[in-house]
Amino acid sequence: MTALTWPQELAIRSALALTVVAFLLGLFSVMTYIERRLLAFMQFRLGPNRTGPLGLFQPVADGIKLFFKEEFVPQAANRWAFIAAPAVAITTALMAVAVIPYGGAVTMPRFDLLPEWLRGRPIPLQIAHLDVGVLYLFAVSTLGVYGIVLAGWSANNKWSLIGALRSSAQMFSYELALGLSWVGPILLAESLRIEDIVACQAGGIHRWNAIIQLPAFMIYLFAATAEVGRLPFDLPEAEAELVAGFHTEYASMKFALLQMAEYVNMITVSVLATDFFLGGWHAPLVSLQSAAGVNLGLLWFGGKTGALLFLFIWLRGTLPRLRYDQLMRFGWKVLVPAAVMHILGTAAVILWLTR
Amino acid sequence: MAETILFYALAITAFSAAFAVVLQKSALGSAFALIVVLCSLSAIYGLLGSPILATLQIVIYAGAVMVLFLFVIMLLDVRREKGGGGPRSFVPLALLFAGLLVLQVGAVLVGSELVPQSAPFDGSAKAFARRLFSQDYVYVFEATSVLIVAALAGALALARRRR
Repeated sequence: MTALTWPQELAIRSALALTVVAFLLGLFSVMTYIERRLLAFMQFRLGPNRTGPLGLFQPVADGIKLFFKEEFVPQAANRWAFIAAPAVAITTALMAVAVIPYGGAVTMPRFDLLPEWLRGRPIPLQIAHLDVGVLYLFAVSTLGVYGIVLAGWSANNKWSLIGALRSSAQMFSYELALGLSWVGPILLAESLRIEDIVACQAGGIHRWNAIIQLPAFMIYLFAATAEVGRLPFDLPEAEAELVAGFHTEYASMKFALLQMAEYVNMITVSVLATDFFLGGWHAPLVSLQSAAGVNLGLLWFGGKTGALLFLFIWLRGTLPRLRYDQLMRFGWKVLVPAAVMHILGTAAVILWLTR
Repeated sequence: MAETILFYALAITAFSAAFAVVLQKSALGSAFALIVVLCSLSAIYGLLGSPILATLQIVIYAGAVMVLFLFVIMLLDVRREKGGGGPRSFVPLALLFAGLLVLQVGAVLVGSELVPQSAPFDGSAKAFARRLFSQDYVYVFEATSVLIVAALAGALALARRRR
């Protein structure tokens, strides 16, 4: 097989990127429906069930409503920053998916429609193969603060500003624990490439990092929930105290973009948990990896991610909100030291085993 | 070819954003222009073949340092600068040093080629870590971290409420 020229490479990567982004945005609208229905069932309600069969057209109706709402910018707001903030938020949220692998290589079928160089070529399901994939993720997640800070500050509203401040302080604190919880899997895989970390968990459930790195997995789940600002860590929005936090003044599509960024972050965080701790697209038993000669990797991957997304909704339906000082204390005095201890322990065990 | 075009696009972005940092009247605008400068510099590092330096640039400068800057600007509510800024008596001195800087950069530019090229090197994270933790740099690296911890402890001691 000949090597690809750079326009061909670019075409493949762009097609992959477009597919992923389109899929994510579609999943976002479906998720809003699923979340409302599931929450309703957990609280013995019905949720939206009037629009179309089972209420399935509710996201479409919501979308149309948001599109036709009046565009409104508060008079005292910093106009440009107010408009730019949702764009910044969604851009930084979508940037993270560039380095996330979501399946092994897929061999292109030998259709006549496809150009010669594409037929039968295995294409890894990952947009960019970065040598420093994990670091890139960390960099992008730190940039995510800007969208929220801008949105909260530019609206010139005290609730927005307090929401933005809380949010950025929270993201700052929990990013640390989030990053530290990745170090264990990195040490085990001896690589900063996410595809290597997935590959190192192949061969059954006993090799998954959720099992051998259980403390790191727990820390990751706590930190990730706080990072995306979901209950019980949704202090930035705390509707009882702050109206709606940093997006108080937003309406119409700008509001939808902020909401979209939040959901994309939640999906990204679940996908990352799947890749880092739940073995990615590998089946829990090697014999379950393929059925009738078809590799079920994508199905496993989707199933694990879906289970994690369900967990996030479940948490929201179950737990009360923390107080702000409790949140900060938990982040700095429990999660960060625990993560550091866990890294030291992992490193010591690796040293002892490879002595 | 594509790399040269990208390099010049990034260089021009960084340069114009750097001008915006200085010329911008609102402090927040300056801060955001500085973020653009840092991001384009990071992209140039990536183009030169060092992805780890590129990402570290984002994590540390754009991600951590600039967020703190923004915090300070927003919380202190720095208003738009009025008038021409600082005292006029600095202007001749400033011009002198700017002239020196232009001369120096010009001297470097005269002898260089228009198509930038870096010497081939191993830009992977492993190679980077080996250099950083080898005899060459490990003492400097550790000394820097001690310095940072000392500065942190100092800041805490100064900011602590006296009982």
